[in-house]
Amino acid sequence: MLGMNAKDTMLFVVVTLMVLLAPILLNPFPTDSAFSQFNAGYPALMQRFVIFGILVIGFNILFGLTGYLSFGHAAFLGVGSFAAVWMFKLLSYNIVPAIALSIIVAGLFSVVIGYVALRRSGIYFSILTLAFAQMMYAIAYSDLVGKMFNTIVTNGETGLQVYLDDPQILYSEGDPKLPHLFGWEMNDSFTWDVGGWSFVFQNGYYLAGICMLIAFYISIRIFRSPFGLMLRSIKSNQQRLNYVGVSTRPYMLTAFVISGMYAGLAGGLMSAMDPLTGAERMFWTASGEIVIMAILGGVGTLVGPILGAGAIKYMENIVSTINDNVVRGWFEFMPDGLADFMVTIIHPFIGKGWHLTLGLVFMGVVIFLPGGLVELGQRIGGLFRRKKSSDTPSGATKPAE
Amino acid sequence: MDDIILQTLNGLDKGSAYALIALGLTLIFGTLGVVNFAHGALFMIGAFCSVTLQRIFSTSFEMVDETQTDFLGNPLKVETPYVEAWFGPEIGAAMIDWSVPLAIFLAIPVMIIVGFAMERGLIKHFYKRPHADQILVTFGLAIVIGEIIKANFGANPIPTPAPSAFAGAMDFGVMLGFEPNAIIYPIWRFVYFLFSLAIIAAVFAFLQFTTFGMVVRAGMADRETVGLLGIDIDKRFTFMFGLAAAVAGLAGVMYTPILSPNYNIGMDFLVLSFVVVVVGGMGSLPGAVLAGFVLGILQSFASMNEVKSLLPGIDQIIIYLVAIIILLTRPRGLMGRKGVMEE
Repeated sequence: MLGMNAKDTMLFVVVTLMVLLAPILLNPFPTDSAFSQFNAGYPALMQRFVIFGILVIGFNILFGLTGYLSFGHAAFLGVGSFAAVWMFKLLSYNIVPAIALSIIVAGLFSVVIGYVALRRSGIYFSILTLAFAQMMYAIAYSDLVGKMFNTIVTNGETGLQVYLDDPQILYSEGDPKLPHLFGWEMNDSFTWDVGGWSFVFQNGYYLAGICMLIAFYISIRIFRSPFGLMLRSIKSNQQRLNYVGVSTRPYMLTAFVISGMYAGLAGGLMSAMDPLTGAERMFWTASGEIVIMAILGGVGTLVGPILGAGAIKYMENIVSTINDNVVRGWFEFMPDGLADFMVTIIHPFIGKGWHLTLGLVFMGVVIFLPGGLVELGQRIGGLFRRKKSSDTPSGATKPAE
Repeated sequence: MDDIILQTLNGLDKGSAYALIALGLTLIFGTLGVVNFAHGALFMIGAFCSVTLQRIFSTSFEMVDETQTDFLGNPLKVETPYVEAWFGPEIGAAMIDWSVPLAIFLAIPVMIIVGFAMERGLIKHFYKRPHADQILVTFGLAIVIGEIIKANFGANPIPTPAPSAFAGAMDFGVMLGFEPNAIIYPIWRFVYFLFSLAIIAAVFAFLQFTTFGMVVRAGMADRETVGLLGIDIDKRFTFMFGLAAAVAGLAGVMYTPILSPNYNIGMDFLVLSFVVVVVGGMGSLPGAVLAGFVLGILQSFASMNEVKSLLPGIDQIIIYLVAIIILLTRPRGLMGRKGVMEE
């Protein structure tokens, strides 16, 4: 279907269903139950899932296929969000021009940066992208471009947002005062109360979700295309390609620009969900987070990026809200001393310490599970398959790499 | 003229820190072939060694002082640090005052142990894996170390003063025959510069003039042959990792009076130090030192008001700009060797 083979179609259908039904699937616990804080089915978090999903899918096209580790990918995200907010300021709150421009601007930036950075490979490439991203962060953070021309471009520390006196030349009477798609407001939502559950279906989430599905579809097609094959061969042996007379640079640059445009799309969507952006989005820790998501999910696989982005954002939102009292609640059945002991042990890893958990999980994945969550799934799947019929070799599905 | 000297001096202390961290990074890269993203964390551990030592020395108990009385005539209770009670007030006070330099003696064993543990426990398993994996796992380790520090010391910078003997500033201009007050330079920064020169000299001397250093250099050039000669090169490289960790740690210990350490200091320095290493040339020790000082001084010049009014914010981006230009014009860096990190 749609040019995909049966297995990819299956995967795409599953992901589509999950995206469409996420408000229900991610809300397994009734609202007033003790576990309701583990629910992830609220719009703000689901938006993050899909937007970071787009970002990491794009990053995976570069890192997963070609093996070039970019440590400055957040720069394109930032550029995209700034472009989108500028469209809100100048034209109107309609998100179509905003997102279009954010993709284009991020694409242009990635052409320039990619052209320069791709002259080197390996660690040099990582450092060059990091240097570019840090430079762009510094420029955005102190609004150098704005200062040079005595105006505001990124608005420095304050962050860029839409003010009442902005021109908004396409604004017409009666338009919503928040980002909308031809009058369809991003923040509007429909709540469905069933029994103890309450499911929220938000416009913004579905828009971002559909964007992610399109992005996912394109990434499947890229993975299965001759172009994707060429990118993989760059990863496995670039020298040999050069020897047989293939110039790899255009392919690399294309991959870099595609992944930059994905990041731009993600940035534009982020601004569409919340029309306020700042330079922090471009800081190198943000780039590091993208790398972590890609690794955790599974580099070079199709669903890996979505899983990784989801897992990290879920951890960030859920683990950081767990506090000592909640943990104590879990160990209520134990004698007091033991419960206290457990709380003391778990304390550093929750709440404010969630970065510690993140770092440990990340290290664990890099050390023991280089294929990320996808590999974990395959191993577990392999175990079950082996139990059923011991004569078939394990893992009928090979890693996409 | 005095401005130029002042900015050069200002750049020296930052440059020293960059040079020391970059030196350690290059040592690790040159010997073990590992790209260590946790090196900034080692710098930070060093910095927190001096914080810890200061805290240990300042740990005090309440003592009833018979000679003093409060306004009611009762004997006064005073907080006395243990060291003052044990070694007498003068020596005790001096120990607290000098805790930053004294922390060197704490930091050396701590850093060597941390370095050994890191190499044997983690890095060893990553020699055969791609550089990307090494970057990732050490990046994860850096996050973990930073968070552990944050959990124990809090998120705020902790001021750690220099010994009062070095606390003030000196009028450097007078020594060079300028007007008084033309070049005022904090003494501690000068001490830091001298200290880093001493460390750099010691590392180079160690590599150049000892048999151990000679073997290590031979191993850097051709690991396999040295191994075939019956020398256990791995053991020596592990030691070099410990040494590199100690260099980073010492850089951190002495830097605390200049910049109060917090849990982010490692990452801040790491990113810049990597740029320094790449500019200097991956695998070249003199290149790392040279690039460290050059970039430190360049950054200091870029933060002059005259330059800033011309190009606002140039101080923020100068290092990256220089790195990009150098990498594009001299792909191996300033003093990079041929065949290092080239696919």
